Amino acid sequence: MLDVQAVKADFPILATTVHGGQRLVYLDSGATSQKPSSVLDAERAYYEQSNAAVHRGAHALAEAATEAFEQARARIAGFVGAQAHDLVFTKNATEGLNLAAYGFSNATAIAQWDPASVDPRFVLKPGDSIVVTEMEHHSNLVPWQEVCRKTGATLRWIPLTDDGRLDLSSLDSIIDETTRVVSVVHQSNILGTVNPVRLIMDRAHGVGAIGVVDACQSVPHMPVNVDDVGADLLAWSGHKMLGPTGIGCLWGTAGVLTSMSPFLSGGSMIELVQMEATTFAAPPQRFEAGTPVVAQAVALAAAVEYLEKLGMVDVAAHEHALAGYALKGLQELQGVRVIGPIDNVDRGSAISFAVGGLHPHDVGQVLDSRGVAVRVGHHCAWPTCRRYGVPSTTRMSPYIYNDESDIDAALAGIVAAQEFFGVK
Amino acid sequence: MELDSLYQEIILDHYKHPRGHGLLEHPLGSAHHINPTCGDEITVQVSRNSEGGLEIGYEGQGCSISQASASVLTELLTGQSVSQSQAAREAFIDLMHAQGQGEPDEDVLGDAVAFAGVAKFPARVKCALLAWMALQDAEIKAGLLSKGEGS
Repeated sequence: MLDVQAVKADFPILATTVHGGQRLVYLDSGATSQKPSSVLDAERAYYEQSNAAVHRGAHALAEAATEAFEQARARIAGFVGAQAHDLVFTKNATEGLNLAAYGFSNATAIAQWDPASVDPRFVLKPGDSIVVTEMEHHSNLVPWQEVCRKTGATLRWIPLTDDGRLDLSSLDSIIDETTRVVSVVHQSNILGTVNPVRLIMDRAHGVGAIGVVDACQSVPHMPVNVDDVGADLLAWSGHKMLGPTGIGCLWGTAGVLTSMSPFLSGGSMIELVQMEATTFAAPPQRFEAGTPVVAQAVALAAAVEYLEKLGMVDVAAHEHALAGYALKGLQELQGVRVIGPIDNVDRGSAISFAVGGLHPHDVGQVLDSRGVAVRVGHHCAWPTCRRYGVPSTTRMSPYIYNDESDIDAALAGIVAAQEFFGVK
Repeated sequence: MELDSLYQEIILDHYKHPRGHGLLEHPLGSAHHINPTCGDEITVQVSRNSEGGLEIGYEGQGCSISQASASVLTELLTGQSVSQSQAAREAFIDLMHAQGQGEPDEDVLGDAVAFAGVAKFPARVKCALLAWMALQDAEIKAGLLSKGEGS
């Protein structure tokens, strides 16, 4: 059990008020989480005590900075049951997924002129297929559409059921012998659905495809172990799990990372540079061109420490209880339809809904006037909205610092919006 | 926060009872605009009546602000000249960028003066402008306005 009041006290921003002294009810953690003091302190302490360029320089600060950076990497990797050398830092999850996608399109381009230098698993051609789902965030959809445009491969997707889950009835024909990549979301940012990624990854591997998982909404909210997920590559972001903006993570199996072509190139990612050609450093440095995200990594490690102290099993249980409470409350409201699973099984606490006769922008505006922060729009999952016949949704996404009173505030705000616009 | 300063009675009235909603039978020009942040969409069409004044049709889905704005625009500019439409658009854009400090001219903007408060809500300015920008595009496509003349 989380002590929500104690947790809340660790987050300075949650003590602020909005719109003339109203209590801030922050229910938009699916977009970005708030940060505890320990994370802010860690970033400040790094700059005050250790700041220097990492992996170079022969002075005391450079060594301190490098040690802080690499210790952070180990700590963050450990959070998902991984080894430090298999964890690449990116600027966000979108970059991590692009790094994966470019691994294919770059290898395909290079193979035209120098096939011996690339791993054939990453070389695509017309007739090959890439599989995603109909509930992907644009970040795990558009990069793969782009790979298809560059290589001639075909994009396929796993469709959705009316109750907000993956329709796996045709999985074996969607992922078939032509499939070279399967990239799926672990937990949907718009529907809240937790997908059976292990089963999908196993099917991907069964046909020799490489499996990618977008874990942006799972790593912050439940225990995730890369061995259990069974992917080859797994991406998530730091700022949704109490960490700072500007850092994302891409974990990969050593076998896949060492075979992948670089994404960004330049400083820090090289082994030997000559005017004629360059050889590349081993992962993870191969994928970290330029000055890396050192202070952000140190702060993200502090976020991991905070979450580990709470315990991810307890975090997940807390959110499960809040999801159940919110689902029940929403279903009791007249004219409100939950977009996503209504049974509190294999779903997270991000809950989208439509209010009959009201546009989400107007619902969000009334909620905001009462101090309640929610997200409105298509949540970067436009095709998913279309699938459920709504232009956009309103979404509440609670986290460790929310309790039932916050859900109550949102529910009361929905009723107020209905009354304000006269649709009740 | 004062919700009433955003949602003026006139705006709510246009939202609930949209004027001139629907597409034209023989449009001279048509433009489909999207607000990519929220997925709102609108199609605005123009043609000319026998006296040369504008005929406007529209269809779309979106929030109260974007839909009311389309209704207000259609009521205001139907039968007007292209130059009057242009002048109203410029005045409306100015109003939206006035951060709530604008003093709109009711002779030019009619019911659209009610949107003055929207300018205090940066996230909603795009909603209010959606139909106006689509109308400009439709006028250009109809050959009523050249690209350089746009606001």
